[in-house]
Amino acid sequence: MTLPDHHDTAPQGVEAQYRQALDQGRFLIQHCAGCDRAVFYPRMICPHCGADSLDWVAPDGRGTVYATTVVRRKAEAGGDYNVALVDLREGVRLMSRVEGVAPEAVHIGMAVRAQVAQQDGRGLVVFVPGKEAQ
Amino acid sequence: MKLDDLRGAVAVAGVGHAGLGQAAGYTEMEILVQAAQRAVADAGLTMRDIDGICTASVAAPMWAMPVIEHLGIRPTFIDSTMLGGSSFVAHLMPALHALASGQCNAVLVCYGSTQRTSTLSRAEIGRVRKQFDPQPYETPYDPLSPLSSYALAASRHMHQYGTRREHLAQVALAANQWAQLNPEAQLREPATLEQILSARMVSDPLTVRDCCLVTDGAGAYVLVRADRARDLPRPPVYVLGNATAVWNRQISSMEDLTVTAAAESGRRAFEMARFAPGDIDVVELYDAFTINTLLFLEDLGFCAKGESKDFIADGAIAPGGRLPVNTNGGGLCCVHPGMYGVFIMIEAVRQLRGECGARQVSGAQLALVHGNGGTLSSQSTAILGTQATL
Repeated sequence: MTLPDHHDTAPQGVEAQYRQALDQGRFLIQHCAGCDRAVFYPRMICPHCGADSLDWVAPDGRGTVYATTVVRRKAEAGGDYNVALVDLREGVRLMSRVEGVAPEAVHIGMAVRAQVAQQDGRGLVVFVPGKEAQ
Repeated sequence: MKLDDLRGAVAVAGVGHAGLGQAAGYTEMEILVQAAQRAVADAGLTMRDIDGICTASVAAPMWAMPVIEHLGIRPTFIDSTMLGGSSFVAHLMPALHALASGQCNAVLVCYGSTQRTSTLSRAEIGRVRKQFDPQPYETPYDPLSPLSSYALAASRHMHQYGTRREHLAQVALAANQWAQLNPEAQLREPATLEQILSARMVSDPLTVRDCCLVTDGAGAYVLVRADRARDLPRPPVYVLGNATAVWNRQISSMEDLTVTAAAESGRRAFEMARFAPGDIDVVELYDAFTINTLLFLEDLGFCAKGESKDFIADGAIAPGGRLPVNTNGGGLCCVHPGMYGVFIMIEAVRQLRGECGARQVSGAQLALVHGNGGTLSSQSTAILGTQATL
């Protein structure tokens, strides 16, 4: 498996590799050489064909909201927030949130774009409205 | 042993429960033992007759061991597979094999939880679970667990099929109407559709009335081979089919949020039982949330995908309706102590024995039980029937 750029010599599992890239501001998914499909979340073997020939690739970042909810929270605790499932153009789905719009304005089918934000000192994939939605 | 040979080979001979609602002052083990004792007595057996055990716990990973210790049994068959709330339906198949092969002669399936009155707060349990059962690709976004996952599924069902909050509310209303007929149900106060619709929103589109209760409770049932069941005091309730399917753990890993693995578990269970959805007299589904009932009615083949909103119209699943669903009031209104699977088994057995009083489904011969676990993650379907269905 091709590792993302890093200088550690110690071997790492895919979760640590993913996290390390993300903490450096790079969002990576996997691609299976065996069946030519994209894979997310990071796996040791391809969940589609079982091959262990997964490589890291940078998704182009464009996606579509597949499902969305507004978690209701008291204003003093930070107020309502969005949780969404987003389908990337590469054909994988991930949980995330859409920022930059009111949580209830996020809707299924909405075009969004991935960004790497910082949360609690770690990289985190979030989405903002994409071109088509503006 | 062929699967077909297991059809009707084993029967539920006894059921029991304890500590429904609030069991303040008791531990979950104590109410589990009470429920177990009642189920064994109901079967006309004593604890010394029990030589097989199936149990699981939300918190304790080695749960079978203290349960065996507390019951004072020496089982030759032990299954503590943990598939969330569906576990106590999924325990059927390994128990069928163990009984049919002669590995054991009487299996006790049991569960108990004092989730409601426990001194351990749910927030605390949530924090611990994040460490022991990490979901690193979902947890950072803070979904309410498990509620937001079901909300996402509901959002998708609404988008694809035009399902509306009113349809979810009709599921809650039917549960409320069944609960009014069940003296053991915890939420019996009559509610109107308007009251249900105006309940507090928690994770759109689900309100508190779309969510199951948080209660204490323990339940148990006893399985024996069919020939022995016929010599025991209660009318045997035969296990005609059972199948379990898991396709994913996380909601984000589900291929289509409107199609659960119940489509597979249901198909396989019906195949084994040699019955079809149209034959079923009474349905007990794991309704952790209102959307579950809609999804499972579709996935189990009671109606086509996307058509549950029409299927449940005009009180079709409520008392007096075309298809009685969740006749005890369900997890929504009867009882829901962390995992609810054992209670749908108990209710189906009681319906088939004809001992449900005001909520009895007249002439019920064939029941479908469907358990769900995780976040629409594990699905287990069972078909149970009376002597007439063998």
